[in-house]
Amino acid sequence: MTMHQVPAEDTKPAYNYAYLDEQTKRMIRRALLKAVAVPGYQVPFGSREMPLARGWGTGGIQVTAAIIGPSDALKVIDQGADDTTNAVSIRKFFERTADARTTEATEEATIIQTRHRIPEAPLKSGQVIVYQVPMPEPLRKLEPREAETRKMHAWAEYGLMQVKLYENIARFGEVTTTYDYPVLVNGRYVTAPSPIPKFDNPKMHMSPALQLFGAGREKRIYAIPPHTSVKSLDFEDHPFRIQSWTEPCGLCGAGDSYLDEVVIDDRGARMFVCSDSHYCETRRAEGHRGAMLGDAALTGLVEETKP
Amino acid sequence: MSAQNMIAPGFSDPVFQSQAAFRALLDALSEPGTLRRVDGDITPPEGMEAATAIALLALADYETPVWLPQALRDGPAGQWLRFHCGVTLVAEPGQATFAVIDGTAAEPTLAAFNPGNDQFPDRSATVLVQGAALEGGAGVTLSGPGIPGTRDIAPNGLRAGIWAELEENAALYPLGVDLVLCHGDGMLGLPRSTRIEEAR
Repeated sequence: MTMHQVPAEDTKPAYNYAYLDEQTKRMIRRALLKAVAVPGYQVPFGSREMPLARGWGTGGIQVTAAIIGPSDALKVIDQGADDTTNAVSIRKFFERTADARTTEATEEATIIQTRHRIPEAPLKSGQVIVYQVPMPEPLRKLEPREAETRKMHAWAEYGLMQVKLYENIARFGEVTTTYDYPVLVNGRYVTAPSPIPKFDNPKMHMSPALQLFGAGREKRIYAIPPHTSVKSLDFEDHPFRIQSWTEPCGLCGAGDSYLDEVVIDDRGARMFVCSDSHYCETRRAEGHRGAMLGDAALTGLVEETKP
Repeated sequence: MSAQNMIAPGFSDPVFQSQAAFRALLDALSEPGTLRRVDGDITPPEGMEAATAIALLALADYETPVWLPQALRDGPAGQWLRFHCGVTLVAEPGQATFAVIDGTAAEPTLAAFNPGNDQFPDRSATVLVQGAALEGGAGVTLSGPGIPGTRDIAPNGLRAGIWAELEENAALYPLGVDLVLCHGDGMLGLPRSTRIEEAR
């Protein structure tokens, strides 16, 4: 038989503020301070079990939990969207454990936890962007041994990465890496920018916001302080290029944002929409209309509200 | 128990005070040379600046050996730190994760502290330097990560050779110690990534 106990009014919560205990937070905070002092270097840390599976953003959550306080406003995005499962769950998690004030507006947020995108609206000084990183080691696919990659970073031996990019060019005529495109931070460490599209790489360079990276499963934390050089690796004759699209966003008409391709029927029709949901909504509210933006009132799906 | 033997209280609200202190430290080290204030709601033990005491309360514990100058180590500051943080106080500067030094004392030099090693540069020491003031001294120009262009600072009450030591420390990059200058409730970060130029 299951006994249900109703907790009394004065019962203390079952866990500490922001879920992690103070000892763990201190450990993560010390790692973060060292990460900031050596931009792009991956600091090992004692990643904890979190109440969700590894690979669901446990690294980012632990970093956010270590930095969040009562005066923060938290925004969580997953592939640019505020309303996807992962983003909603993580937002709820911090609402419950840290009484966090949450927001979907990029400008209002002081902490932005992200999976796979940097918001389109430019980040400001004083904001912190926390990346969830599945694979913090950019060299891992080239060299599986941790002992070796550690030495390669120690001695700045990054020839292997250049060879990989060169082989891409030799075989395909261009670098085919489109996300998690390796960057050189502060002229010293080759770093994985987390699986953001290479479209977002230029936003990291000299960003006024502090960028923190947490990899829970791989137990690594790294950081890029504001106003730090972040250079996407390339060659003089094959300079780094970002993706471009032939048409603008179908909903808001934006020509400068990262677009997702959405298949809309079984005859091959498709539309391109902004991956950053808040950016797209803001533009539509400002009156920008994309070619495929339907009017719900005209189609009779909803009744028009009379003022 | 006489009043002399009483250990002064630490944080009244450890969770939020250490979070606020950490954010000030994070800002100080990610934007080197900017003055950050911490909530000075504690009475630091004798010989310790409030900012130093708050930084240690927020970050130090049984995993982090701390080096203090002899006078502090044997005085109420040592007792206070042992009681509140459970730290080990070490006599050898090279063993410390955190160190508190007097800005005017000639010894130990920054080179005495652990700069980390090439495979683990994060294992270096963080040195809290207690100065007479964070403004009003001879100016130096900073550049590097966290600084758009250059930034001028002019801390006071530091030994003459400290800037040369810091230049040497920065030359070790990515190894080297990270400094936080502390005075009153103000702190100013100088991580190893910051390049320093003395005004000629």
